[in-house]
Amino acid sequence: MDWYPLCNSIRIAAISTAAVFSLGLAAAYYIARLPRLVKGALDVVLTLPLVLPPTVVGWLLLCLLGPRRPLGAWAQSVFGLRLVMTWWSAVFASVVVAFPLMYRTARGAFESFDETLAEAGQTLGLSNTYLFWRVRMPCCRQGILAGTVLAFARALGEYGATSMIAGYTPGHTATISTTVYQLWRTGDDAGAMKWVLVNIALSAVFLLALNLLESRRRTGKKGGGT
Amino acid sequence: MALSVDIQKRLGDFRLAVQFEAGDEPLALLGASGCGKSVTLRCIAGTMTPDEGRITLDGVTLYDSAAGIDLPPQRRRTGYLFQQYALFPNMTVRQNIAAVIRNRSRRQARTGELLRRFRLEDVSELRPGQLSGGQQQRTALARILASEPRAILLDEPLSALDSFLKRQLELELAETLDRFSGTVLWVSHDRGEAFRNCRRVCVLDGGRSQEVRTLEELFRRPDTEAAARLSGCENFVDVLPAGTAVEVPEWGVTLECRRPVPEGIRRAGIRARHLLPAEAENALSCQVVRVIRDVFSVIVLLRPESAAPGAPPLRMELDRSDWETLPDQTSLTVSVDPENILLLQEL
Repeated sequence: MDWYPLCNSIRIAAISTAAVFSLGLAAAYYIARLPRLVKGALDVVLTLPLVLPPTVVGWLLLCLLGPRRPLGAWAQSVFGLRLVMTWWSAVFASVVVAFPLMYRTARGAFESFDETLAEAGQTLGLSNTYLFWRVRMPCCRQGILAGTVLAFARALGEYGATSMIAGYTPGHTATISTTVYQLWRTGDDAGAMKWVLVNIALSAVFLLALNLLESRRRTGKKGGGT
Repeated sequence: MALSVDIQKRLGDFRLAVQFEAGDEPLALLGASGCGKSVTLRCIAGTMTPDEGRITLDGVTLYDSAAGIDLPPQRRRTGYLFQQYALFPNMTVRQNIAAVIRNRSRRQARTGELLRRFRLEDVSELRPGQLSGGQQQRTALARILASEPRAILLDEPLSALDSFLKRQLELELAETLDRFSGTVLWVSHDRGEAFRNCRRVCVLDGGRSQEVRTLEELFRRPDTEAAARLSGCENFVDVLPAGTAVEVPEWGVTLECRRPVPEGIRRAGIRARHLLPAEAENALSCQVVRVIRDVFSVIVLLRPESAAPGAPPLRMELDRSDWETLPDQTSLTVSVDPENILLLQEL
């Protein structure tokens, strides 16, 4: 059996999660301190991918990244890079679709953070960078971890936008989800079944690891207070 | 060396205009809630920016709107003690203190020193959530001293505590501050707390600061209604100056003050303790409206017989034994010594 779709799915999900983690945190951190009106407007725009059907997101992405579209043409002429129909095109789709999950959970966590901790730190001479990584992040760990997990899960299961922007090329852009669809469409029920089982196993392992991590952290923190 | 503050700030409809100077001493900032005490402290610490003005500390300009100077809080060296202490919940007591010591080579020794001095050695590996209120305060103080501040700002440090713990922590706080050689600003709405711990006071009223004076002075002769209120005076009434006396239209009487009453005086105050059940100078015959028994005293609400219908009752406070020996507890004549009539001016 060719394991390429599995590796490709994990690779895409991992890269997208890393990107979404930094983008989501940065957006959450800076948007949480904006005036209410601006915050509301940005909130709508940044959350939109969560409620839009994946095909709509895919279509919008093609409008932006397609070879004859502004960004696609620019990348083609400057770097000689094609942005669509490669394995990493799927990263664009996953990032856009998973971003709102990270952004919203992280923002919720940041908003419940006690700002007097940061203010106290500032008057004690601690730099804003130190306070962000050593106080704000640990205090908001729960929410940020939850956001990361949701983003990873969403990226791993991404199908609609991915199939439009990266397509299905065996051994090239195939992911688990596009492979299952392709095998089912061509009547290969046994093949589809195999990949469905792989997908279920992968998800189960992922959730199990998460639960383990969570319970280890809880016992490690026993009597630790927050 | 000293702290000098002269700032203005608008927050919606609220206007803050504060001006005072403090030497190397504990100075009380006294005011009712919402008068701008915390905003003032935050402007000094740099977590809030005034609209204009100037703040200097020990010869260093922290903020100067004209010169375009606005030091970040990190470079102001003002230790800010928050009401809830703002200890980092993800760090142990030791880490909380060590984190703010800039000199890496001395970090360990200095942390040990502070843990010892503040009797925190036994709890040094615990997190703030596991500490008692006293331990939390000591940790916060140790952490502030670890940052080597030029001034310490206390934002109502004791107001969230119950009375027994409060006395204990107040004592510990005072001991720590006695050893601190810089300026201490003690924000409070509690006159007793200010009186016990500071010699001088700046009264804030509706966002405006009044002249710095000693607390003795504030209690003996408050000059504004806000100052009188903060010093514990309960009875206020509109008056009109009349030579060495004041007319009180609301009660239909004239009260002798035995000193020239300035033309601008429009209000007067009388402390509850200064109303005495006696037929002496400035006597008022009153009806007893209500009697409230306190722990060691009795508070009597009185209505002057000649008072206008809507006039608020007078509050008199006397020892329980004095009250019990009064022959008539439904109506009595009270008087107030001319010296004890507080003449208050508008700001």
